[in-house]
Amino acid sequence: MGKLSVNLCGIELDNPIIPASGTFGFGYEFADIYDINILGTFSFKGTTRQPRFGNPTPRIAECKSGMINAVGLQNPGVEKVISEELPKLKKCFSKKVMANVSGFSIEDYAYTCEKLDKEDIVGWIEVNISCPNVHGGGMSFGTNPKSAAKVVKAVKKVTSKPIIIKLTPNVTSIVEIAKACEDAGADGISLINTMLGMRIDLKTKKPVIKNIMGGYSGAGVFPVAVRMVYEVANAVNVPVIGLGGVETAEDVIEMMLSGATAVQVGSANLVNPYTCRDIINDLPNVMEKYHIENLRDIIGGVNNG
Amino acid sequence: MKQSIFTVISNDALNKNVYKTVLSGDTSDITSCGQFVNIKLENKYLRRPISVCDYDENTLTVIYKVVGSGTAQMSKYEKGKKLDILTGLGNGYDKTLSGDKPLLIGGGVGVPPLYKLAKDLITDGKKVSIILGFNTKDEVFYEKEFKELGADVFVTTVDGSYGIKGFVTDAFTDDYSYFYTCGPEPMLKAVYAKTDTSGQLSFEERMGCGFGACMGCSCKTVTGYKRICKDGPVLTKEEILWEN
Repeated sequence: MGKLSVNLCGIELDNPIIPASGTFGFGYEFADIYDINILGTFSFKGTTRQPRFGNPTPRIAECKSGMINAVGLQNPGVEKVISEELPKLKKCFSKKVMANVSGFSIEDYAYTCEKLDKEDIVGWIEVNISCPNVHGGGMSFGTNPKSAAKVVKAVKKVTSKPIIIKLTPNVTSIVEIAKACEDAGADGISLINTMLGMRIDLKTKKPVIKNIMGGYSGAGVFPVAVRMVYEVANAVNVPVIGLGGVETAEDVIEMMLSGATAVQVGSANLVNPYTCRDIINDLPNVMEKYHIENLRDIIGGVNNG
Repeated sequence: MKQSIFTVISNDALNKNVYKTVLSGDTSDITSCGQFVNIKLENKYLRRPISVCDYDENTLTVIYKVVGSGTAQMSKYEKGKKLDILTGLGNGYDKTLSGDKPLLIGGGVGVPPLYKLAKDLITDGKKVSIILGFNTKDEVFYEKEFKELGADVFVTTVDGSYGIKGFVTDAFTDDYSYFYTCGPEPMLKAVYAKTDTSGQLSFEERMGCGFGACMGCSCKTVTGYKRICKDGPVLTKEEILWEN
């Protein structure tokens, strides 16, 4: 075990760094510029039962300290992900990958998870019940403890791999939802997905995003994410993956102190494609600076005294 | 794709709102005219994608219009300013399909990426004609530069204050082997409808990453979904669907 390694739901990660779903595709764009096997793992592009084009463009808006996206789960559908994307991924990635799944009904979630559960390269399934950019599904499952629990139960019934539930911050009590997921059998919780946001173009007086609203992410959400990870990690016994505005090795340590076992990096990959590589390279020095011997020892180590 | 630091050599106004910046740096990942670069600016989250106007082994020229606070910031950069730039983005124009007499059509800030294309085509011995479309006389730029390359240049202005009055489509001749265009979408649509040869059109879209990861700039085509940043920005006439 190296000093950066952590254990995520029974699988050892060389380090806790995981590029977040939707910012890393199926890995190839990044495999062209660095060896993605240095990562702990990565969460691949949100996959649904049917192929999806997603929302009309513009789907992207600039914000202070972040961005809004309303991509809307564009993906080739689970059959093509398995027949085309995963074979290509295996050529450049030798570790277990995190499969990210979205759906529009309980049956959709179960169907897609059951298919991906059978793939050797899949180590964990991250179930996204928090996408703010689709109607009639996505986030609507993640804003109510009962419907969140229903998704978890349905997915657990048809899978054998660890199930991580990705939560939305756009709720009154994220702790309540996290607990409902844990009680229903979730093996881990990841948070936070994007915060619902909006921008307006002053010249045209129209929303910048064609879909009007979208998910705000980037450095601006980091303190909110740290707070929510802290709350959830204190309320559940399963591992928590922290994400939201992480850009540096220092951010990773802060997120782990708040209770995260592993840390996802999202939007920063889009601005600096080398972000995850740089964080992994920087971590040993930053750990030394703060007298941290092993990263796994600091999980939830915030000193409240 | 390569991330590297470039240094501003010069940054000059071509007219009231359009600026030309020449930078020095590592251009080895730029493989074709019609590609773009993605520039990191202070206090801006997302990079700014700007088309490549010209390049050689160690210089890069970009021309951009000030449309918002990011490009306004760029317009103030002085000689010696260092910029973090991703290069080698997008597919660029395919020069091999041009035939002997290619017609190039540029509108507004769609003109710059056609400059290196014209240069390369003329070097390859092609007889290049180019139509440059603007709204009014004050907006015209690069007429002289294209003439100096040896191209036949036609300028149109919508208000007739300079060159041919009207749109780029009012300056068309029948005698061309293939077309290449870049400009605002209404112009691309008009060019698409007017042309009777095959050709290539370069599109613009708001981008997240600029290198194919985020799916922020997708469009539908005859051959499936494409990312403007990675599978484009240049699409062939045959693959375009205008429903987007």
